[in-house]
Amino acid sequence: MKNENLYNYILGIADNSLILGQRLGELTGHGPSLETDIACTNISLDLFGQVRSYYQYAAKIAGDNRTEDDIAMLRKEREYVNVLLVEQPNTDFAYTMTRQFLFDVYHLLYLQELQKSTDLTLSAIAAKSMKEVSYHQRFSSDWMKRLGDGTKESNQKMQNAIDDLWRYTDELFHQTEADIAMVKEGIGVDVTALKEKYHQIVTSILEESTLTIPESKYFQKGGKLGIHTEHMGYILTELQYMQRTYPNMEW
Amino acid sequence: MIAEKQHIDQILIPILEQVSDPEIPVLSIMDMGVVRSAVIENNYVKVQITPTYSGCPAMDVIGDDIKAALKEAGYSSEIELILAPAWTTDWITPRGRKALEDYGIAAPLDAEADKEALLGNKKLVKCTNCGSTNTRLVSQFGSTACKAQFQCNDCQEPFDYFKCLK
Repeated sequence: MKNENLYNYILGIADNSLILGQRLGELTGHGPSLETDIACTNISLDLFGQVRSYYQYAAKIAGDNRTEDDIAMLRKEREYVNVLLVEQPNTDFAYTMTRQFLFDVYHLLYLQELQKSTDLTLSAIAAKSMKEVSYHQRFSSDWMKRLGDGTKESNQKMQNAIDDLWRYTDELFHQTEADIAMVKEGIGVDVTALKEKYHQIVTSILEESTLTIPESKYFQKGGKLGIHTEHMGYILTELQYMQRTYPNMEW
Repeated sequence: MIAEKQHIDQILIPILEQVSDPEIPVLSIMDMGVVRSAVIENNYVKVQITPTYSGCPAMDVIGDDIKAALKEAGYSSEIELILAPAWTTDWITPRGRKALEDYGIAAPLDAEADKEALLGNKKLVKCTNCGSTNTRLVSQFGSTACKAQFQCNDCQEPFDYFKCLK
């Protein structure tokens, strides 16, 4: 492939939204209340919409016969390059919202920069997605505050979720080979430059929520290189079921 | 994926006005502002449409409906989905806003007021049933990606609010 770095770079953005969208989609009909159920699946729909734009573009870059569906449905686990954070299970609403919040803050900062990309397709997708993601962040931040600064029990549940999920956040700011190459060309976002701002925003909202970032400096990584947690295989089993069982099916 | 300039051939406007958003049937796609260009070349029409939200599932149906309407008028056509410039609620026409209100969906406020309303800071969204602004946010996400759920504190009517998108 001529533009392999660009192709891999696009997957690096899109896979996060695909897997998080799939996780949120699991809540269809299972949300804690009708409103939160609809909200989570709405967010999932936004993410899937964005993913389609990215994968369509990636398929074009690949220049062979592959389609957006092939990219979404027919890769093996090691070929997905999403961060570990987004594949973590829903567990309970505290985990679902904390995962969402920790990703949304990053996602919005990322898109704000991607908007300035010299690649016009990527900047168009970013500008479009930003409007949607700012709603996501508003929603998840609101729940952080409401539950963090809620009852003793809700506060404890939120703190447990942060204590568990925080270890996956550092990976958001690791650069892959494709990242480095694309930043050089003015196409990609330098994620290392987002880290400070990310910490500022997260800290300030957590403070308002009477929650704290854990002190441990131990972080998990690997997703960006295709080395996933044990959850990934299960996600893909469900995601890919139809295409694997009935190859090439369409509707 | 990127629109060069917006141009819609006059003769196509009445045809495109017949096509409505399948999720909000009172609203034509023209009043919705999703048609960015439509140009005839040798009886062949090239149409560019833009989604309200990235994941809007209505876009495929809208594309098919446009093709069908144009075919009936004697034109073959192709539809291109574009993302830039990104759709904004400012593109909903005054007639479209009125159609929304009549249908029971509160039309989008401006960006600043929208934020205040969705954060629950101020009561600004008007009930589509009784006109009171004594309303409350039920959920920032509603029956479709573009709407939030509200309820009137006076007449108790639950209704959708079309979120501002800038």
